[in-house]
Amino acid sequence: MNVKQKRIIGLLAVFAAVFSVAPAAKAMHIMEGYLPVKYCIAWGGLCIPFLAAGFFSLKKTVADHRKAIIILAMCGAYAFVLSALKIPSVTGSSSHPTGTGLGAILFGPSVMSILGILVLLFQAVLLAHGGLTTLGANTFSMAIAGPFISYGIYKLATKCKVNRLVAVFLAAAIGNLATYCITSLQLALAYPSQTGGMMESLVKFMGIFAVTQVPIAIIEGIITAMVVSALETYAKPELSEIGFLRGGQKA
Amino acid sequence: MKIKTAAVLLVLCVVIAVVPLLLIKDSEFGGADDAASETISQILEVEEYTPWASPVYEPPGGETESLLFCLQAALGAGVFGYGIGVLREREKSRKEA
Repeated sequence: MNVKQKRIIGLLAVFAAVFSVAPAAKAMHIMEGYLPVKYCIAWGGLCIPFLAAGFFSLKKTVADHRKAIIILAMCGAYAFVLSALKIPSVTGSSSHPTGTGLGAILFGPSVMSILGILVLLFQAVLLAHGGLTTLGANTFSMAIAGPFISYGIYKLATKCKVNRLVAVFLAAAIGNLATYCITSLQLALAYPSQTGGMMESLVKFMGIFAVTQVPIAIIEGIITAMVVSALETYAKPELSEIGFLRGGQKA
Repeated sequence: MKIKTAAVLLVLCVVIAVVPLLLIKDSEFGGADDAASETISQILEVEEYTPWASPVYEPPGGETESLLFCLQAALGAGVFGYGIGVLREREKSRKEA
């Protein structure tokens, strides 16, 4: 890694810090102190291999694809902007998009684990949003499960010869929804209902998180498809280089 | 993507966000996590769940919170716009070369 690349990574980290300062207190991560200790530790431990993979993947991307670094920075910025936008939903609650689908589709899912945990960390420290004790669980849902599911959906959709932008829409929307389904599952595992067990709790939490999220997931899908379309117009060589367009085939 | 398609999609996004505001009158549109904490209390059959840890820092009020919030959106959009600009110019010089 040369000096310039190091500087860019440093810049990325600072941006990550600054952008994530804000997403006002009420949103959707599991709140500080709301998950029993053993679950906090278990989810945290589960994140570690993904974070390590993400770190190496990020390092490789920055080293091998210098011209695409600007797009990587844009993916980070995209996640930060979207997680600041709390959108009213049909349930009468608000929630925000995650913005992790874009980076997962372009650079692979593990890169987003690093960008995502930076967002969550600073939200937890400065905004009382999410929490340090629940960081592991929130990282798993937002920065690992969501991006991996987005990536899987995208690969599956392109294999089925779905139009690329439609595939991007599906990947981003379903990845977003999946993040909140995982959050519901995490809460249900920690708080099984005394009468109906884990499943009853799951249904309750899904009713809150997943239903609220449906319209917001659709919005995230649309915006992400538009961003990819813009990148296809201006950054074909860069996208081919990171393997997104596979030799610059037509969109 | 054609400009027209893009415009239609953007309008669609706005509609999706605005419809709940018009349909549901008696709601403040609080966060989904607040609703979740009520459900936790219900499941545990306690009056109010007491978290075992509290946030290390909380913004003093709505104003400070919205300041940080605007800063986040503005800076994120700034970097994103800068990126699009860089890519556009790069593409232009590629075409000229």
